[in-house]
Amino acid sequence: METTKLALVSKILLFIIAGLFISSLFVPMWQIDLDAPQYPEGLVLKLHANKIGGDVEIINGLNHYIGMATLHTENFIEFKILPYIVGAFSLISIALIFINNRKFVLAFFGTFILFVILAGLDFYRWNYEYGHNLDPNAAIKVPGMAYQPPLIGYKQLLNFGAYSVPDIGGWYLIAAGVMLFYIVFKEFNLFKRKQTI
Amino acid sequence: MKNKFVQAVLVIALGSALVTSCKPKSSGDAVSGDAAEKAYVAPGKYDEFYNFVSGGFSGQLSVYGLPSGRLFRVIPVFSVDPEKGWGYSEETKPMLNTSHGFVPWDDLHHTEMSQTNGEVDGRWVFGNANNTPRIARIDLKTFKTAEIIELPNSGGNHSSPFITENTEYVVAGTRFSVPADYSNGDVPINTYKENYKGHISFVSVDKKSGEMDLAFQIVTPGVNFDLSHAGKGKSHGWFFFSCYNTEQANTLLEVNASQKDKDFIMAVNWKKAEEYIKAGKGKKQKVKYAHNTWDEHTHSAKSTMKDEVLVLDASELKDICYMIPCPKSPHGCDVDPTGEFIVGSGKLAALIPVFSFDKLQSAIKGKKFEGDYGGIPVVKYEAALHGEVQKPGLGPLHTEFDGKGNAYTTFFVSSEVVKWDIKTLKVLDRVPTYYSVGHLCIPGGDSKKPFGKYLVAYNKITKDRYLPTGPELAQSAQIFDISGDKMKLILDFPTIGEPHYAQAAPADLIRNNGQLKFYKLDDNKHPYAAKGEKEAKVVREGNKVHVYMTSIRSHFAPDNIEGVKLGDEVYFHVTNLEQDWDVPHGFAVKGANNGELLIMPGETTTLKWVPDRVGTFPFYCTDFCSALHQEMQGYIRVSPKGSNVPLQFSLGTNVPATK
Repeated sequence: METTKLALVSKILLFIIAGLFISSLFVPMWQIDLDAPQYPEGLVLKLHANKIGGDVEIINGLNHYIGMATLHTENFIEFKILPYIVGAFSLISIALIFINNRKFVLAFFGTFILFVILAGLDFYRWNYEYGHNLDPNAAIKVPGMAYQPPLIGYKQLLNFGAYSVPDIGGWYLIAAGVMLFYIVFKEFNLFKRKQTI
Repeated sequence: MKNKFVQAVLVIALGSALVTSCKPKSSGDAVSGDAAEKAYVAPGKYDEFYNFVSGGFSGQLSVYGLPSGRLFRVIPVFSVDPEKGWGYSEETKPMLNTSHGFVPWDDLHHTEMSQTNGEVDGRWVFGNANNTPRIARIDLKTFKTAEIIELPNSGGNHSSPFITENTEYVVAGTRFSVPADYSNGDVPINTYKENYKGHISFVSVDKKSGEMDLAFQIVTPGVNFDLSHAGKGKSHGWFFFSCYNTEQANTLLEVNASQKDKDFIMAVNWKKAEEYIKAGKGKKQKVKYAHNTWDEHTHSAKSTMKDEVLVLDASELKDICYMIPCPKSPHGCDVDPTGEFIVGSGKLAALIPVFSFDKLQSAIKGKKFEGDYGGIPVVKYEAALHGEVQKPGLGPLHTEFDGKGNAYTTFFVSSEVVKWDIKTLKVLDRVPTYYSVGHLCIPGGDSKKPFGKYLVAYNKITKDRYLPTGPELAQSAQIFDISGDKMKLILDFPTIGEPHYAQAAPADLIRNNGQLKFYKLDDNKHPYAAKGEKEAKVVREGNKVHVYMTSIRSHFAPDNIEGVKLGDEVYFHVTNLEQDWDVPHGFAVKGANNGELLIMPGETTTLKWVPDRVGTFPFYCTDFCSALHQEMQGYIRVSPKGSNVPLQFSLGTNVPATK
């Protein structure tokens, strides 16, 4: 009964995945929350596919004490290409419905995973860059201290607690990834094979 | 064990209370056991009510929290405040301009919050200047004085700034009758009866912007107008003013104005007055008064001098004003939440007359008059009277309402607050105050919808309530819990100035009114704003040097200025570039015969500095702004007249050295 064509449920899921990719362009992907006693209401950086949002100006103002470079959307090429990549992912998802071949879905899943890994590495690289490349004339210098925000999770940076977590768009991408994974699993009959072993 | 002890104490306390009940109470025994709990607002928690209290002879408006009695802010209104640069910065100087020129002080007696449908709406607070007659409007989005209007033909603006139920008008009645500004004032003082006139001002308030305009005045015979309140509900369209010195004395009023058994409450049909104004019955009179407005975008005030007012004559137009006899020099004039009952408080009386609006209307219709006063019909006392509260205390002053059918009247002479039933006029409860209470305030207590939980009594004498501070003691207020049948004293708190009238409103009403956190730099239209450090510069225009300065944590740009010469006037226009809540910067320069600047984020403010000697003068940030606040400083160099030091400025780099 094995066929390379996609089941109806997989096609529906691919349609939803396409919607998730497109939707993620209109909401923030990632957020870094900063909490300090002086900021009971918190400060937040919102990373969209195409820009940095949230309390950027305030955070830039504070960062000058430790000599961290200021954040500006135009300094990151990522914000120029990311919308195209995510948009392309959405189009590919639609195309896969018509191509109707599970191998292509597998290939796309692989591409997506590769994208996530590269994006993670890129995010880490920037975090490292901003956290370590400090102005030697900064007012506050703590020996051995770097201000690299966590890739994901919590880290204490001087008086600020930083939480780095996915925002709505990030969760959309995660959901899309999980659905893709499900399609691959289903179409290659991995559920059944496991049972037979 | 503990309970038994408490019981024992209570038994002893009750016993001794019975024994000593005939003696005057001492200050300690009026406090109940759970008072502390009721007035306690835990650290980090918010108060239930904002309390806007007149600053009296400080000329300012103070803002407290209830029930904690904590002082949050003093808003400068009629008096200069060097701390906030009010009246010292170039931008604020026009706010204190009058037809007499710049007036640096006044006496703010009463506060009144704006209302919509007779309920406090949390938009503005009005305040009166008693000495040089004016009304101010304070914007509750910024907690800043937004407008001040002067009142011509007035002396001692006391019965003010009371408002109508939709803030259509804010009124002002002159305490001192004086010769009108449009008549000759150079007349013998003993010609009071013929030459002195009273003027009642109706100042309209724009529904949206709040901007005030002197719509019209009503001229009356010379008396002293004391206090007032608008009708509401059924009596909307009427205003009630207490007046004394109907004897028309011009000297030793203490005796000469206390001769008559009854003075008046003047009822004004202002809707009728509006009709007469529309019909062109108002006479245009030449006067001079200042109208000062604050612009939130230019961060500057503008003072305009006006020269005309429409005046209606109460003695000619017989159906605008009616006099209701009221015993013994009435002071407070308060209208209950339904608008039916008008309480007059004769400050030398031993009873409280309560008038009925319905009865007043039928008395006017049936012409139940006992004569006229200077051409104004006088309604028969009994014809307008609902009844008298018998033996309430001595020297009633002011009354507020709880919305549950009860009235609370303060008694100055017998130093107490008395609760009574408006309909039956029966006294229900009384508590002593320490000492000699004047005004009182229940949140929303003079509106259609009082929040009858707390009552604050504002006292005239403190004596032994606080640690002594020399000949002049703290001013004082006392909070009572009035949620039960009996009033309970829960807290004393000291206040600024002499607290007169106050208003209070639920905290959320003010907190959620769209309060401003900072000014947007993009909206800053100040002509000397520097909206970024790149725009910072120093420009000479003749002997005027304009410094376009910016401040951000934690430096000024520029912070080194040279080339200023003796004889120059230096204007520091400081723009605070911060765009976050709670990051003001300050500015002060050595030797300034002036105040400091406190600049809110996004705001531009100007300090004029005229150097008086050659030398180098430091300037610095006065409002702690960051860990590097103490580094936020700069120098300005002043050279002799005719010196060839070029005008130059810098930040972070040294400009070439000059000889």
